[in-house]
Amino acid sequence: MQLDEISILCVYSAMVVYAIAFIAFSIDLARRSAAATAADATPEPTAEAPERVGALQAAAAAKASAAAEAAAAAAGGEAARPESARPAKARLGAAGGPGAGASVAYGRSPALRVGVAMTVLAWLLHLSGTVLRGLAAGRVPWANMYEFALTGTLIITTVFLIVLVVAKQDLRFLGTFVTGLVLVLLGIATINFYVSPIPLPPALQSVWLVIHVFVASASVGFFALGFALSVVQLMQARREAVIASAKAAKASFLATLPDAVSLENLAYRVNIIGFIMWTFTLMAGAVWAEKAWGRYWGWDTKEVWTFIIWVVYAGYIHARATRGWRGSRSAWLAIIGFSTVLFNFTVVNLFFKGLHAYSGL
Amino acid sequence: MASISSSNTHGVDPLRPADHIDSLEPEASSPGGTGGDGINQPKLGFVGWLRFAWRQLTSMRTALLLLLLLAIAAVPGSLVPQRSSDPNGVTQYFDENPTLAPILDGFQMFDVYTSAWFSAVYLLLFVSLIGCIIPRTKHHFEALRARPPRTPARLGRLAGYTERMAPEGIDAETAIATATTQLRQAGYRVERYEQRGVLSVSAERGYLRETGNLVFHTALLGVLVAVGFGGGFGFSGQRVIVEGQTFVNTLAAYDSFNPGRFFDDSRLQPYRLSLEELDAVYETENRNAFGQPIDFTAHVTVEGQGEQSADRTVKVNEPLYTHGTDVYLLGNGYAPTITVRNADGEVVFTDSVPFLPQDANLTSIGVVKVPDGMPEQLGMVGFFYPTQEALDTGAYASTYPDLVYPVLTLNVYQGDLGINEGKPTSVYTLDPSTMEQLTGGDTGVDSIELMPGETTELPNGLGTVTFENADPDAAEGDYSNSVPRFASFDIHHDPTQIWVLVFAALILGGLLVSLFVPRRRMWVKAIERPDGRISLEYAALARGEDPTLEDAVTAFADKHAGPADDAK
Ligand code: HEM
Repeated sequence: MQLDEISILCVYSAMVVYAIAFIAFSIDLARRSAAATAADATPEPTAEAPERVGALQAAAAAKASAAAEAAAAAAGGEAARPESARPAKARLGAAGGPGAGASVAYGRSPALRVGVAMTVLAWLLHLSGTVLRGLAAGRVPWANMYEFALTGTLIITTVFLIVLVVAKQDLRFLGTFVTGLVLVLLGIATINFYVSPIPLPPALQSVWLVIHVFVASASVGFFALGFALSVVQLMQARREAVIASAKAAKASFLATLPDAVSLENLAYRVNIIGFIMWTFTLMAGAVWAEKAWGRYWGWDTKEVWTFIIWVVYAGYIHARATRGWRGSRSAWLAIIGFSTVLFNFTVVNLFFKGLHAYSGL
Repeated sequence: MASISSSNTHGVDPLRPADHIDSLEPEASSPGGTGGDGINQPKLGFVGWLRFAWRQLTSMRTALLLLLLLAIAAVPGSLVPQRSSDPNGVTQYFDENPTLAPILDGFQMFDVYTSAWFSAVYLLLFVSLIGCIIPRTKHHFEALRARPPRTPARLGRLAGYTERMAPEGIDAETAIATATTQLRQAGYRVERYEQRGVLSVSAERGYLRETGNLVFHTALLGVLVAVGFGGGFGFSGQRVIVEGQTFVNTLAAYDSFNPGRFFDDSRLQPYRLSLEELDAVYETENRNAFGQPIDFTAHVTVEGQGEQSADRTVKVNEPLYTHGTDVYLLGNGYAPTITVRNADGEVVFTDSVPFLPQDANLTSIGVVKVPDGMPEQLGMVGFFYPTQEALDTGAYASTYPDLVYPVLTLNVYQGDLGINEGKPTSVYTLDPSTMEQLTGGDTGVDSIELMPGETTELPNGLGTVTFENADPDAAEGDYSNSVPRFASFDIHHDPTQIWVLVFAALILGGLLVSLFVPRRRMWVKAIERPDGRISLEYAALARGEDPTLEDAVTAFADKHAGPADDAK
């Protein structure tokens, strides 16, 4: 069998597993609604704080010669320790904010565990499929629409899994969105965009293909997650408004999720990472355009849309710092931002004329 | 300078527009402003109005709206072809939409990015930006020299507030001295205070955050200015060079030349650039990409005045930087060498004529103009097929871009070429309106058809035309070098490009710093209890986005006094 055929097989298998993960995540959402209905809140047990010795204790131990200098020196050594262990108190504190009183503690259902496990499995298959595609083509696997989609969705899943490991809050509830989005995009890509691997035309033979396109895909991964968070934030804000107006809120899975302010903060953090990468994408693209086309900026359609996306997200960042715009309004800007990203990837690639005619279709 | 008092924790904060989320509420921050209910409001004079307008223009809300407006204003330029990037597309658009196009043109829709309305949006944005960064920069320099503010009287309500008992035998002085040293080592600027007998240390870090923000916004301005100047002092020109030909970098030698407004052509260095050979490699193995170009390499020699000539290459993605210009390989094709003789056998025309590629397999069109030596002026429109194949309809097509079975067809016209009036005409087009067609089309005479090395008669006994073989010694049937190629080079000079790059790097650096360096204050207070032991209080205040603030306080308290009792 040809490498590319194995690659496609991996991609199809990944899609099946993503579908299973999607179903599992959806079941979990349904169970959250049920849990919310039967809710009463129980506080999380406090985690154990690590045994550590402060500089002052060291100083007291060193007793008589408790010269402040010596203590400070000891503290210097102490400071080298990673500040990883954080007390549970701070974590609970993060759940504060409006509507926190109406939130419902919710553990990890079996469905959620299955969802995450299946996502990891699908990711492995997806990764293999993408790597094999690159091997089949003898170059990086992101040089036409099919390959952008393959790599871009792989990065969306990767960012999601990384965030699961890194983030303070438990973001597993985003699984439905992430697996759903990846599934749809992969489906469109394999059915509509597939082209067999062909060598690179001279204009694409550049290290900038590796850097520029990869960073662009990575920022899309972050923007996607930020988009999902902003959507949930808006839903949560609606619910909190209902609760605040002392009306009976319908029990919903939202009760088990972080409050709107935490969601907004999370969305912001994810989006600014995306924004920085997008800034780099734009600049790297300009450097490449200078090499390939003899000018660094020419308002080619793809350049125009890269610029529009950048400006929309700059607007989003400003909105969050503007009184009257923080909260739901800025969330809408993040949502518009991601819509322009999708538009740029699909409509602009396929239907707009320009120098960036690399869809391979 | 801003006042520092224990009640005003905003003393040396970064200066933000009044509607910034971290600024004080509007009532407090804009005395005499036009907001509010208007009662007891002094009438605004002219200066007052100016000030009001300026404050509006430099507010966060205006910046935000202008940014969104900029995004929207950029959209039409992607829907309608632009003169700057796609002039042919504009011509075509006018042909296809004869009523709509002039209307759109009235709105500068084909020049969106230089249009009055697009410029208005970004210029306003940049005025707003200047109005924003100048006071902030000034304020920031003052803040850099100011002391961290006095410790607030009550820390209890601040972020991450936590208490520890100092170990026995540690007095307040030691505790605060240690905290001061530790905070300084952690990158804080520190100031010790003693208020009503209570020792404390006030610390602040993250001034770089504001520095980064200012660098970022200033560099945006820098990019705009550099781009503006670059357009003025640079130039861009195009030149087609056939293998074996030489170009000398002078104004007259360019096929087309677009100087910036302030460009001075005495600054062109007259170096010589010769195209020795153009290598084209096409895919032959992968059947899905058969004939797809893999590589183009122009082998050139460059010779400056009084210099040795040097062998260089120009490739797509690998321009040649030489003598203050950047040389790009942006296109290539075939330039069949054609010789025309008159009825007396005298050569009246011989040249390698660049034919413009029309498709991926390099079916190409070119024009031969013979102004002198014939009874009437002669023009020929030619098609060149590097690998010719006859379709079922009888029409010809090229099926592969390399020279496998090269065929040239020519249609001959006789009459007035229209070049005598001194009007500039394109060498790539022929205006047949003042000429009589002699072959092809409706004339009933077959078009002339030649392979390399062949000669045939012109109609009406006018003479002969020859398609020269550039490699006459090649083996029978090997046409791989029979037709010279040409390269089309773009030659640019942009003196501010490097500045754009520098500012771009500053933008990125400033952004990273301003988004990821936390700016925060931290306080440690030592309170002596009646039993003689020292109770330590820790608290902090975020200045801007700071997700790890509370953890930072706890971590510092742990480091300073050991873990809290209740967590043991
Ligand atoms: C030329 C267009 C502009 C762009 C592309 C832009 C972009 C940005 C970006 C990306 C940030 C976040 C990064 C950072 O904190 O450094 C930011 C922050 C900021 N910008 Fe702008 N900006 C522009 C114009 C302005 C103007 C006109 C103002 C003044 C009203 C302004 C005021 C601010 C402020 C105060 C912040 C800090 C926000 C915070 O506290 O997080 N910007 N800007």
